[in-house]
Formats: sequence, C-alpha cells, structure tokens
Amino acid sequence: MSEMTEKTMPLWEVFIRSRTGLSHRHCGSLHAPDAEMALQAARDVYTRRGEGLSIWVVPSSAITASDPQDKDALFEPTASKIYRHPTFYEVPEEVGHM
Amino acid sequence: MYAQALNVAEKAHADDPELRARFQSRVDAEEKIEPNDWMPEGYRRTLVRQISQHAHSEIVGMLPEGNWITRAPSLKRKAALLAKVQDEGGHGLYLYSAAETLGVSREELVGQLLTGKAKYSSIFNYPTPSWADMGMIGWLVDGAAIMNQIPLCRCSYGPYARAMIRICKEESFHQRQGYEIVMTLARGTPAQKKMAQDSLNRWWWPALMMFGPSDRDSQHSDQNMAWKIKRFSNDDLRQKFIDATVPQGHFLGLTFPDPDLRFNEATGHWEHGPIDWSEFNRVVRGEGPCNRERLKARQKAHDDGAWVREAALAHAEKRAARKAAAKIAAE
Amino acid sequence: METPLFTYTLRLADNALVLGHRLSEWCGHGPMLEEDLALANMALDLIGQARNLYSHAGAIEGQGRSEDDLAYLRDCPDWRNILLVERPRGDFAFTILRQFLYAAFMHPYFERLSASKDETLAAIAAKSVKEMAYHLRHAGEWVIRLGDGTEESAARLKEALEDLWPFTGEMFEVDGVERALIDAGIAVDPAAIRPVWDATIDHVFGEALLARPRDGWMQTGGRRGEHSEHLGHLLADLQFMQRTYPGATW
Repeated sequence: MSEMTEKTMPLWEVFIRSRTGLSHRHCGSLHAPDAEMALQAARDVYTRRGEGLSIWVVPSSAITASDPQDKDALFEPTASKIYRHPTFYEVPEEVGHM
Repeated sequence: MYAQALNVAEKAHADDPELRARFQSRVDAEEKIEPNDWMPEGYRRTLVRQISQHAHSEIVGMLPEGNWITRAPSLKRKAALLAKVQDEGGHGLYLYSAAETLGVSREELVGQLLTGKAKYSSIFNYPTPSWADMGMIGWLVDGAAIMNQIPLCRCSYGPYARAMIRICKEESFHQRQGYEIVMTLARGTPAQKKMAQDSLNRWWWPALMMFGPSDRDSQHSDQNMAWKIKRFSNDDLRQKFIDATVPQGHFLGLTFPDPDLRFNEATGHWEHGPIDWSEFNRVVRGEGPCNRERLKARQKAHDDGAWVREAALAHAEKRAARKAAAKIAAE
Repeated sequence: METPLFTYTLRLADNALVLGHRLSEWCGHGPMLEEDLALANMALDLIGQARNLYSHAGAIEGQGRSEDDLAYLRDCPDWRNILLVERPRGDFAFTILRQFLYAAFMHPYFERLSASKDETLAAIAAKSVKEMAYHLRHAGEWVIRLGDGTEESAARLKEALEDLWPFTGEMFEVDGVERALIDAGIAVDPAAIRPVWDATIDHVFGEALLARPRDGWMQTGGRRGEHSEHLGHLLADLQFMQRTYPGATW
C-alpha cells in the first residue's frame, strides 16, 4: 500500500495575529512541504472567516516544549510572590483609583 | 499541537497506579490534559480512535454533499454548499491535527481509513439522490453532530477540546443553512414538498442512529465518562435531539416516518418507536448503500494525489539542498 | 439585442463561473487536505465574482434577469466564456497550470479594470484583483513545484502545457464589441496586459524549468458562443435543477 511507503509531509504550527490587536496566537497545525506552502495553507485553512491580519508558521520540530514533570519547579515558585500583584498594596480609598 | 516526540518516552511506565490516580484526580478537577502530560495508554488509545474517527467522518462526509456542488439550484446555494463542504475538510484537518498530538501521523491515520481499519460515521454511507438531501443533512445530520460536539468542547483532552470549540463556532451556520433549504422546499411547489418529505423519510432513522447504540449496549461508555471524554449518554443526547428537532419539522408541515412518535405531556419529551439496530449494524459492517463507493473515492483521491505530494516534497528537498550548497559556497 | 456592455460583462462573468465550477469539482478529491481547501477557496472567489458580474449584466440589460436567470437559463451558444475555462478539470497539473495562466492574465486585467469608467465594473474589479493576486501566487508556486519536482510531475506539467497553450490566445482577442468599450475607457485593452503576462509566464516557467511553447495556431470561438463539446455537459450539471423544475424558488 502506498501509505506505508509514503514520506511524511512536515508538520507546521500556525500562529495568527487577529484584528483585535493582540499578539500572534497559536491556532492549530497543518502539513505542508515547505514554508511558503505552509503559509498559504495557513491562510486557506485558518483564516477562512477573516480571522487574521498576520500569519506565522513554524516547523513543529523547531519547537522546544517544557516538560510537564518540571511544572512544579517552573511555575510553583511564582505563586507565593504575591507582592507582584497590585492588590498586595494598600492605598486609602480617598486617593482614588491607582 | 506540538512536540509529539516526548510522548514516546512516557510509555515506559504506562500503567503505574500512582500516576493513574494523579491523572484521574486532574481529570476530576476539570484540568485539561495536554499532549506531553502522562496519560494511561487506554486514554490515549481511546482518544486516537475517537478523534480520528471523527476526522474521517468529516472527510468522508464531504462526499455525499460534494455530490451536489456542481448541481446546486442557485448560485447562492452553490456558494454556501461549497463553503460548507470546504469547512468539513477544515474540520477534518483540525481533528487530524488533534489526533497527531497523541503520537500518530496523518499518513498513518489516513492509511487506517483506507484499509478499513478505522471507522467513520455510518450516516455518510447513505446516498444523496436529491437536492433536498442537502437540506436534510444540514438540518438533521449537522444538528445531531452539534448535539454530540458541544459537550466535546469540554473534553478533558486539551487539543481535542480546542479543536471542537473552533469547529462548533464554524458549524453554527451549517444547520441553519440546511434548515433554510428544507424550509424553502416545504413552502415551495408540490414537487418540492414531496422532495423534502421523501428526504426526511430517508434520513430520520439514520440520523437517530448517529448517537450510537443505546446505553444498555454501548461498550465504552463508563470509562469514557470517568475520563471526561464523554459527558452525556447516547440515549440522553438522542432524546435531546429528538425534542429539539420534531417541533422544527412540524413547523414546516413535514411528517416524521415514525408511527409511534408522540409527545409525552408528563415527561415533556417526544417518545419514539424502536430503532432498527440491525440496519445500523449492517451499515457499520460495510453493507450500506455507499460504503464501498465512499472508500473508493477517498482511495482514488489519495492515489491520484500521490505524485503531487511526492513532487512537492522533492522540490522542498532540492531547494533545501541548493540553499545549503549556496551557504557552503559563500563560506 | 445585446448591447456591447452587456456582452462584455457577460464574458467576464461566464469566465469566472465556468472556471469556478471546474475548480469546485475538486472539492473532496484534492491531492491533500490543505490543497482541497485552497481549491475551494479559489472556486468561491470565482463564483462570487460571477455573481456580482451577472447582477451587473442583468441591470445593464434592464429586462429583469437575475444572476440565476443568466447562469441557469442560457444554452451553449449564449455563453461567452473563453474555451480555456471550459476544458475538463484534468489532473492536478492541468488544473493548477490553467489557474496560473488565467490568473496571470486576470490579475493585471482587473488592476486596470478597477479604473473603468463603469463604476460597478470598477468596484467589482477592485475586489477581484486581490483574489486574483492570491490565485496567481498560489498557482504559480505550485507550477514551480511541479515543474521542478519529480520526473513524473514535470512530465505531467509539460503535457498540461501542451494541452492548454493553444487556448491562451483567446484571452488577448479584441472584437468590435470590445474595441468601442476600450476607446470609451470602460473595457481594458488586452494588448496592454500582454507584456505583464509574458513577464509573469517567463519568470515562473523559468523557475519551473518549463519551456514556453511557441505562439502558433490558437483556438478561438468561446467569446462568440462557439464552444467545445465540454460546455454542454457542464451546463447539464449546472442547470439540471432549474431545467427540471422551471420557475421554482430554491
């Protein structure tokens, strides 16, 4: 069967910057032979309803992801640093919004 | 939907009870499970099967409706139908991507479809001989699919849930598009009304079968409920669909092909007659009107496209080699 | 009696619809899922262009014919599309090369038509030019990949080019109908498109390692209603419902 011998088409991750002015956001992935075709496929697949103003495509193999087992080490320590949040500080009500 | 390579390493301690317990408590706490997280092998297998079946259904589902794109009766209908069938291709693509995060490639998944190893929704093994079937598929088949899909937006597996959110958002026009077609026919000439009624007669029971066997006979339900892959039982979803759909049909003056259909004032539900599960099993087994045709059409598209995919990859390789050579020459 | 502006608008509309129809035949059968979606997008662009142009043609004619009347109730001799677009879809090389040849012409054409003295045509062209820019880019990239891909893809592309080339001449034809409209600043003179088209073809063919055929004998007739055997079959599909159930609303 041809699918057993078929070479795999590279996988790309697609990031779209929407009209809302927010930064590029991961919206899915697709297969394409090269970067230009990936860009065009991203346009055809992920912006069919006028979702985007800018597209990034990145080979999935180029992404380094954090290991879920490191989750505690990476993300727990920040939970205790409540002084980074504005509500940690008291300002008298008379001063108004700050 | 990335870094699939990491998944492989996890398989080593596949059934560690401590990991299982921690996994279940995360699911119970409505935390999303992500591609690189530890997960029981059964959970992974179930998801690959379900997500890929879902993807295959979208892709095979393009065929019965694609049958009418060139013959749609107005340019407005033609554009809407083409856009809708194209959406289905997109949804198949999102779902294949979600399945790929679990460590299977698109090529493998497509191979499973073409060899008959993987299933797809049986509803697409029914033919679309009339234009009214475009309306009926949108109204009933997409309507039933939406009932199934909305709870999946909260599925415990992150990539699947996210794909479903996107799909549900995009599909909101599909059912309305279908209902509008049926409504136009129901309010049209006698020939059009007949077309609509005839189509409803053919699609009603297969649409009810889309929710799968009755809870009494469903194999995977309990475990999938615990894993929050499934949130409502087949029968509950089917009832919800019937309750929503029957009044919509009556509003158009159409009759449902079920002599036992009646409203139970006490429960507030529409009660239906027995579903012919032998027909369902037959079609799942491959003995439906279009099973062979549908698979052959997919096989043909796959085979006809092989040289295109090969050429694109060959060109990418050549280009990369040229770039590398130019770089070496410059150094 | 057809006015020149009606005929001219109908020619543009028929080209768009017939080519859109051919592309739509791929839906569900593309060489890969991503390309299936791309082909459908291009088909939707063309069908959209056709609808706008038919509405405008109907308004010009002033007899109350709708876009659907024009698309669904004319027989072959009344169709004004070039023969290029009615060729059966063929394989992917044929489809994508035809798309490239057509877009390489229509992109600069719409660019100029967006300055037409006919405001509606100008507005339709201004919208369509963006769509054709994408078709040109997409089809052009594919032509390069097929031409400089594998032996098989190069052979198929070459075969498609030999089939298609004799149908490219009709794009550049000008008859009496159009000459007056060109002089009036309404229609575009295809002679002005020629150098742009040539440059695009030469550039992409160069990258695709594809030899450009000599401009010899060219097919003609579609714009005058003299069609190939294929258009009738296309219309049999397209018009089936409207012909079988005359006067019904869908």
